[in-house]
Amino acid sequence: MGNSSRKPSLFLHSSVLWPALGMALLLLFNLIYDPDFFRIGMRDGRLYGDIVSILLQASKLIPVVVGMTLVIATGGVDLSVGSVMAVAGTLAAMLVASASMPVAAAILIAVLVVMLIGSVSGVLVAYVRVQPIVATLIFMVLGRGMAMRLTKGMGVPIENEAFLFLGGGYVLGIPFAVILVFAFAAAVAVFLHKTAAGLLISAVGDNASASRLCGIRQARLKIGIYAFSGVCAGIAGLIAAARVQSAEPARMGELLELDAIFAVVVGGTALTGGRFSLAGSLIGAILIQTLVWTMQKLGVPSDVTPVPKALVILLVCLLQSPRFRAQLTAPFRRNPVMKAPA
Amino acid sequence: MIMKTIPSTPLILKRAGLGLLALCAAVLTGCGGGGGEGAGLTVGFAQAGAESAWRRAETASIKDEAGKRGVNLRFSDAQGKQENQIAAVRDFIAQGVDAIILAPIVETGWDDVLGEAKDAGIPVVLVDRGVDVGDDSIYATLIASDFVAEGKMAGEWLFKKSGGKARIIELEGTPGAAPAIDRKKGFDDVIGQHAGMEIIASQSGDFNIEKGKEVMEALLAKHAGEVTVVYAHNDDMALGAIQALEAAGKKPGEEVIVISIDGGKAALTALVEGKMNCVVECLPLLGPNAFDAVETIRAGGTLPKWQKVDDQLFDADNTDAAFAENRPY
Repeated sequence: MGNSSRKPSLFLHSSVLWPALGMALLLLFNLIYDPDFFRIGMRDGRLYGDIVSILLQASKLIPVVVGMTLVIATGGVDLSVGSVMAVAGTLAAMLVASASMPVAAAILIAVLVVMLIGSVSGVLVAYVRVQPIVATLIFMVLGRGMAMRLTKGMGVPIENEAFLFLGGGYVLGIPFAVILVFAFAAAVAVFLHKTAAGLLISAVGDNASASRLCGIRQARLKIGIYAFSGVCAGIAGLIAAARVQSAEPARMGELLELDAIFAVVVGGTALTGGRFSLAGSLIGAILIQTLVWTMQKLGVPSDVTPVPKALVILLVCLLQSPRFRAQLTAPFRRNPVMKAPA
Repeated sequence: MIMKTIPSTPLILKRAGLGLLALCAAVLTGCGGGGGEGAGLTVGFAQAGAESAWRRAETASIKDEAGKRGVNLRFSDAQGKQENQIAAVRDFIAQGVDAIILAPIVETGWDDVLGEAKDAGIPVVLVDRGVDVGDDSIYATLIASDFVAEGKMAGEWLFKKSGGKARIIELEGTPGAAPAIDRKKGFDDVIGQHAGMEIIASQSGDFNIEKGKEVMEALLAKHAGEVTVVYAHNDDMALGAIQALEAAGKKPGEEVIVISIDGGKAALTALVEGKMNCVVECLPLLGPNAFDAVETIRAGGTLPKWQKVDDQLFDADNTDAAFAENRPY
C-alpha cells in the first residue's frame, strides 16, 4: 500500500534477493550433480555450452516477460502474448516469403500489427473496463485464429538469411538473440529508471483512485503498456520463428503466457500490481528455463516434469512472503513476532 | 455481450467492441462452409480442429472425396474442444443426416452422444482415432492407423539399418496422447529384443518443432558423444532435432540416423536431402475409405470394427525428390 511514493529501484530491490537465491540453489545443484553444466567452449567461432543454450532458449521468453512485468505492475495481466507471438512470427514470415518484402519492412509491419492488437486490449481494459484477463483472453483466442487464417494453418518456412540471423546469428561468438533481448531489457530498465514512467506504472497498479486524483492519465498509460506488451510479444515471436526456421501458427508461443506470468511472480512482482522488479522477472525467466533444461538433461520423465517446476515456483513464492518468512524464523527469535510486515 | 452491460461506456467504443466480437466470430467460423450441391447422401463430418498440416490434409481429403461423389457434406470444426464436437454431432442427429464421420478429439466421453446417433439410426464412421466406449455397437467402424505398428516398423527398420547396434535418443509426443504412447510402445518393444540397441534418453518434445529442438539441445549437452540415432514420434520434432544436431556440429543423416513418423512434405524433403533416414507414414488421406465405408453400410454390408490404414515406410531407397515435391501435405 503505502510505498507508491518510492521510485521502484530496479536492481537493488530486496525482492530480487529471493529469485536470485532460488537461481543460486539451482546452479549449486548443477555444480554438484553435473559439473559439465558450467563448461563453455568455442566451436567455429561460436560459444557453446549449457549456459549459452539456456540463454538462447530463454531469448523468446525474456521480451515477453519484460512486457508482462509492466502489465502486471498496473494490476492487469496479458494472456494474449503467446498468440500475439504467433501473429507476429507468421505475418513477418508470410510477408518475406510470399510478398518478397524486405525483412526490415516485414518486421516493421508485423510489430505495428501486434502493437495495434495490444492497444485494442488496452482500450478494452482502460475505457470499456473489461477485466484484463478477459480482454486479453479474447486476443489469446482471436490472435491464434488470425495466425492460423493467415497461413491457412500451415507452417511457413523461413529461408531469408537476415530473418534467420535474429534466431541463429552470432556476434563475437555470442548468439545475437541473446544480445538483442538483454539489450532490449536493459534499455527498458534505463527508460523506466530515468523517466517517471516506472513510478507512474507502480502508482496506477498500487492505488488506482489515488493516482487518478494525482492527475495520472491512467487510460493512456494502460493502453500504452498493453501496446508495449504486444510489441514485446512480437519481438519474441520473430525470434522464436527464426530460431526454428519456420513460423508455426498453431504451436508457436503455446502456453508461453503461463511461463511469463510464473517468471514475473517468481521475480517478486505481485499480481495485485504496484511495485515491480524487472531484474527479478529476468531472473525468474532464466530460472524457469534452467530448471526445464536441468530436468531434461537429468532424464526426469516428461510426465512428471511439471511437478518439480511447480515445487520450485512454490518455494520461491513462499520465500518471498514476509509472513511465511516471519513464521519460519519465529521460533528462533527472542521476542515473538508481533506483526508480519505488510 | 460483456460490453453491453457496462452503462458508462461511450457509444463509439461499444460499437467498436461489438464489431470486434463480430470479427472474432467471423474468424472463428471462417473455416466452415464446404459441401457439394450434388444430390445423394447428406453426411456430417465432425472434425477435431485444424491444428496441424496433417489434420488439414485429412479435412481436405474428406471434402474432396465428398465433392467427387456428389455427397452433400456438412462440416464442423470443433476447434480442439470436445464439447464443440459433441454439440456438432447432436446437430447432425437433429438434422437427420444419413451418416456421421467423426474424428474424435479424445477417446472418452462418447457413450451418450454416439448412443443417441445409434438410436436415431445414423451410422457413425470414426476416423484416425478410436473411442473408449462401453458398447462398441454405437459406432459402425474405425478407420485409423495402427500407431503401435508404426513404432514397430521404425524399430525394425533401424535394426536392419544399424546391424543391431544403436544408442538412441527418443523424442516422445505429448505425454498421455495415444500416438505418443503407442509409437513408444511399438518401437521400444523391438529395441528391447536386441541387446546391442539401447535408448539412452527419452523425453517429450510435445509434438512440436520448438520443443523438439530445445529438448534435443539439452540431451545433446549430455549425450553428444554417444548418440547414434534419433527417433521422433512426429515429423516436427525430428525437424527440430535436425537443427539442434547441426548446431552442435553433428551431421544429421550421416553421423546420427534420424527417424520420424507422419510423413509430411517437410520430412520427406529432409529425407531426400539426406538429413533424415527413415520416415514412417501415418496417412491422413482417409476420404475415400471413409465414404467407401458409408456406402457399404448404406448397402447393408458389415465392416470390421477397425480398418487399419495401410501405412508405408519411406527411406532413401524408395523416395525421390519428385515424390517429396508432390506430397499434398
